[in-house]
Amino acid sequence: MEEWDVVLLSLKVSLVAVLGMLPLAFLISWVLVRGRMPGKIVLDGLVSLPLVLPPVVTGWLLLMLFGNNGPVGRLLENWLGFSFMFRWTGAALAAAIMALPLMVRAIRLSIEAIDLRLEGAARTLGADPLHVFLTVTLPLSVPGIFAGSILGFARSLGEFGATITFVSNIPGETQTLPIAIYSALQIPGSETMVAHLALISVALSLGALLFSELLARRGWGRNGGGHVL
Amino acid sequence: MSFKVDVRRRMGYTNISARFEAQGRLTALFGPSGSGKTSILNMIAGLTAPDIGVIRVDGQVLFDSEARINVAPEKRRLGYVFQDARLFPHRRVRANLLYGHDLASAAERWISLEDAVEFLGIGHLLERWPLTLSGGEAQRVAIGRALLRAPRFLLMDEPLASLDGARRLEIMGVIERIRDELKLPILYVSHDRGEIDRLATSVIRLGES
Repeated sequence: MEEWDVVLLSLKVSLVAVLGMLPLAFLISWVLVRGRMPGKIVLDGLVSLPLVLPPVVTGWLLLMLFGNNGPVGRLLENWLGFSFMFRWTGAALAAAIMALPLMVRAIRLSIEAIDLRLEGAARTLGADPLHVFLTVTLPLSVPGIFAGSILGFARSLGEFGATITFVSNIPGETQTLPIAIYSALQIPGSETMVAHLALISVALSLGALLFSELLARRGWGRNGGGHVL
Repeated sequence: MSFKVDVRRRMGYTNISARFEAQGRLTALFGPSGSGKTSILNMIAGLTAPDIGVIRVDGQVLFDSEARINVAPEKRRLGYVFQDARLFPHRRVRANLLYGHDLASAAERWISLEDAVEFLGIGHLLERWPLTLSGGEAQRVAIGRALLRAPRFLLMDEPLASLDGARRLEIMGVIERIRDELKLPILYVSHDRGEIDRLATSVIRLGES
């Protein structure tokens, strides 16, 4: 059934977007909190840009960079024979860029909340910096990593402007839920399909929110590890 | 065990400096708040570096600004008990206790989990989360975590300061037994006369330079 194909594609795009972006989002968050280099403000601004830019502009910028004539796009094509253009991977890239600022915001809060003295205590207990990172810093950032991932996932599911600008509207390849709803709206007589897709959309978003709420309630032996939204 | 400390560090608008040698089983660093007692323990632990100076424990140089030696905190083999227990909130009591134990080599270890748990009377707490512990319980676990790390000596930074009367007496008893039964050398920071009179075998006054 066509509607389920749309849903599956949307889920695939969003999942790949979030999981693919997660390591970079964590690294950027970590640098923004702990880094001591100049130019942090610039990095912060760049990461937050998709939040305030019209999504169409983000999509156009992606097109300029990753398109077949873009500097990065040409490199990828020549060296790896890989192209984002008109592919679902392009939709995932657009979704990932749009989700990045939300992910970084959530992860950053989590890292900022870590008591540095705990890391010091771990050092006195015999842990080298890498071990401290893996056993103290990273696990204590997990609430933010979950919160950021769910926010990013929800944002990815709803991505429209940047995606349609960057990789167009190709059924089965780049036609995600919102784009499918928009397309169906253009066709007379497809009201049932629109209603179906819209309902699925509501269910997915609600599901993500409930899931995040459930996770937030599972703190370490206490009630409520904080709310995601 | 001997401690030789001669350090100076500028922190903000204040200068912290200390110069002492200690041999005792439990040496108290005694001085008013703001005399830099905690900073000096942090320097011995390697958590902050002095601007200049030398720190030597049992002849081993832990820090020497002239020779550019600064042994990493994880290699100093000491146990640090903080004023707040500073337990890892994401690990149960058992995992907190074993954190340093698992990192120590078999040859270094001198107390087992079972013995430490019995020594401190914390067997009933092993599966609890740190946030559910009372102040006295948390401090016992913190002491256990430091002992299980297989240290050569302990640093204690006002370990009784956040406890009420009865708990203070309990933990004081534990510290006495570490001093007398385990015979582990202790550097102990406090501003409380009574604690020091009861616990210390030698006293070093800070902030009178």
